[in-house]
Amino acid sequence: MADDLRVKDSIDKDTVAAAKALESDNYEAGFSTDIETEFAPQGLSPDTVRFISSKKEEPEWLLEWRLKAYERWLTMEEPDWAMVQYDPVKYQDIHYYAAPKAGAKYDSIDDVPEEILETYKKLGIPLREAEVLLGVEGAAETAAAARETPRVAVDAVFDSVSVATTFREELKQAGVIFMSISEAVHEHPELVKKYLGSVVPQSDNFFATLNSAVFSDGTFVYVPPGVRCPMELSTYFRMNAENTGQFERTLIVADKGAYVSYLEGCTAPMRDENQLHAAVVELVALDDAEIKYSTVQNWWPGDENGKGGIYNFVTKRGDCRGVRSKISWTQVETGSAVTWKYPSCVLRGDDSVGEFYSIAVTNGRQMADTGTKMIHLGQRTRSRIISKGISAGRSDNTYRGLVSIHGKAEQARNFTQCDSLLIGGDCGAHTVPYVENRCADAQLEHEATTTKLSEDQLFYVRQRGIGEEEAVALLVNGFVRDVLQHLPMEFAVEAQSLLKVSLEGSVG
Amino acid sequence: MPVMLELKDLIASVGDDEPKTILNGLSLNVPFGEVHAIMGPNGAGKSTLSYVLTGRHGYDVLSGKALLDGDDLLEMDPEARAAAGLFLSFQYPVEIPGVPVMTFVRTAMNAQRAVRGEPEISAPDFIKQARLVANELKLTPDMLMRPLNVGFSGGEKKRLEIFQMRMLEPRFAILDETDSGLDIDALRTVAEGVNVLRDEKRGMLVITHYQRLLDYIKPDKVHVLSAGRIITSGGPELALRLEKEGYDGIVGEAA
Ligand SMILES: Nc1ncnc2c1ncn2[C@@H]1O[C@H](COP(=O)(O)OP(=O)(O)O)[C@@H](O)[C@H]1O
Ligand SMILES: [Mg+2]
Repeated sequence: MADDLRVKDSIDKDTVAAAKALESDNYEAGFSTDIETEFAPQGLSPDTVRFISSKKEEPEWLLEWRLKAYERWLTMEEPDWAMVQYDPVKYQDIHYYAAPKAGAKYDSIDDVPEEILETYKKLGIPLREAEVLLGVEGAAETAAAARETPRVAVDAVFDSVSVATTFREELKQAGVIFMSISEAVHEHPELVKKYLGSVVPQSDNFFATLNSAVFSDGTFVYVPPGVRCPMELSTYFRMNAENTGQFERTLIVADKGAYVSYLEGCTAPMRDENQLHAAVVELVALDDAEIKYSTVQNWWPGDENGKGGIYNFVTKRGDCRGVRSKISWTQVETGSAVTWKYPSCVLRGDDSVGEFYSIAVTNGRQMADTGTKMIHLGQRTRSRIISKGISAGRSDNTYRGLVSIHGKAEQARNFTQCDSLLIGGDCGAHTVPYVENRCADAQLEHEATTTKLSEDQLFYVRQRGIGEEEAVALLVNGFVRDVLQHLPMEFAVEAQSLLKVSLEGSVG
Repeated sequence: MPVMLELKDLIASVGDDEPKTILNGLSLNVPFGEVHAIMGPNGAGKSTLSYVLTGRHGYDVLSGKALLDGDDLLEMDPEARAAAGLFLSFQYPVEIPGVPVMTFVRTAMNAQRAVRGEPEISAPDFIKQARLVANELKLTPDMLMRPLNVGFSGGEKKRLEIFQMRMLEPRFAILDETDSGLDIDALRTVAEGVNVLRDEKRGMLVITHYQRLLDYIKPDKVHVLSAGRIITSGGPELALRLEKEGYDGIVGEAA
């Protein structure tokens, strides 16, 4: 069933030459902010874990939980099966905690150091409410433009500590809890204790276990029964301190009949040392609840030789715990030197639904190995996977998916569509779909295509007056349209421009 | 009338690896306000001429010149030629998956306007104009929301080419066998769409096999292209003669 594709013949020599000359200074977010940072001692030991826990004044149970994960991690081996190659991560050279010196918490946005606000401004991230409320330019011809511009609440993570939370008051009125996970540990310990690690167990995998031991901060969301979260919730991640591993921990719980849409955006400054990112995201949807989780990821992919980029090893999993619950992952991946990521859904509740919509772009020497796992446990569970991979330069882009239908998942259904687009002749696209089916009446459909951006198309578009770079962007946007439609409007606009930036110089 | 399109002794080859000379010293002048037809047997180099003029990769001009209103086309990128007002209605329109007709045309219009230093067209103006033109060409609004050329019939694709032409309002249009695959009603619709753009500031090259189209788009001149050269030129009566006698007679006579 697995088909492994590698296409080596070229469109034309100029294209290849241009792709080779690809320069990495396309990356606009490559700068760093000069603020004092408080580090954990370098390296990983029980003392490091205790340092982190005491910094955050954590309760005893959480320290124990971390130490247990640490013990476990010592016995584990780093996975090497993904189709990616990278220099070994030096786990003892990493600082496992970095907090801005001025203090980890701010009562109001006015207390946030000016440099931090500046950093966000350079990235074009709207932190202040007024800016957050700004609308988006959109094509009026699309029906989507008629939609009211949704509001977004931002929980900004600067390195490891959440520095500002907006809209909290209004969310509070609705009963929605939206705060950093370290605050939630103090303010809602019963919820955190109940759900933390309930989707991604401590021992799940090498990186998740490491995260469990040393996670620094992240976001906590709880939407009470029957509540539709009144706005999109959003966290922008940005790594700043040198040699800082990032270990975010996100936990989102939608109680019975609740709905929440969450946006995650990332961008990191240039670094010489490869930076490790090993986040864990856990989603829990109870009966009739729905969670939409959208990601636009733009970490630095490294220079033209692939040196210095972010290593992104993240564990994202959603648990459709209740009946008729639904979880959708939508992601746009353009950054990182190495990406290893499989947002997955465990379809436990009967009639629950899991969706995965993905756009992964690789250029230069990037390597991406991404995909999803849909685990069907309940009856009549349905899943849908649409993956669009775009490879340019000398990059490698792999889709790896697992659809697993367990014995009790009667009448389960899956639809999978994997499309790859190749730009130039030195890149690779690979599709590796696995299916495990223990149920006779399951319905599984799989479609896969690999196409090359054609000279015919490019010329046709240019003949109409559209310049080459814009022509590529237009064709690529067309290729990913089915997925872009699943992103919230303002995110879709951002994603489109990201696609364009990340493919600059890929044809010539 | 002064010359709008001036082609002089064009020699051009096709193909990267083993270049093959297709145009063998082609000369042709189209004055402002005129429509010229180019007829000729299969493989004569008609489409090659259209690609050479629009700057397609792989079509190399070895010598000769091509000027549009005095500007050297051969110096420009394809998109610059388009912004200068050159439009090609493709013999085989290309599918653009995922890009709705409306999005495509609006992007093209604004790209051309940006090069010319003009402001973008507003969404309401664009939609108004698109509706009007679509209606004339018997294209439904629903069709304009679909990805360009994907799943359209041959005739619909040709009408979409003319739709784009009408929206972009080029100064000089090349129609490459726009009539092939059209039934008589569609042919009339397309011809009417083309005729709207005829005025003293514009010019047109109409490439066709059949005299039929020329009943609707009346050419000022007819040229016969064979083996990469214009072998004879005349008025509309030349097209009628070709229809009756076939290319063989005329090609043989000129040789
Ligand atoms: N890309 C190409 N490579 C090699 N030969 C080509 C290519 N394109 C066209 N030709 C050849 O050039 C000649 C002219 O083709 P074309 O311009 O399409 O003719 P027409 O449009 O008059 O029918 C034909 O012999 C054709 O086979
Ligand atoms: Mg032809």
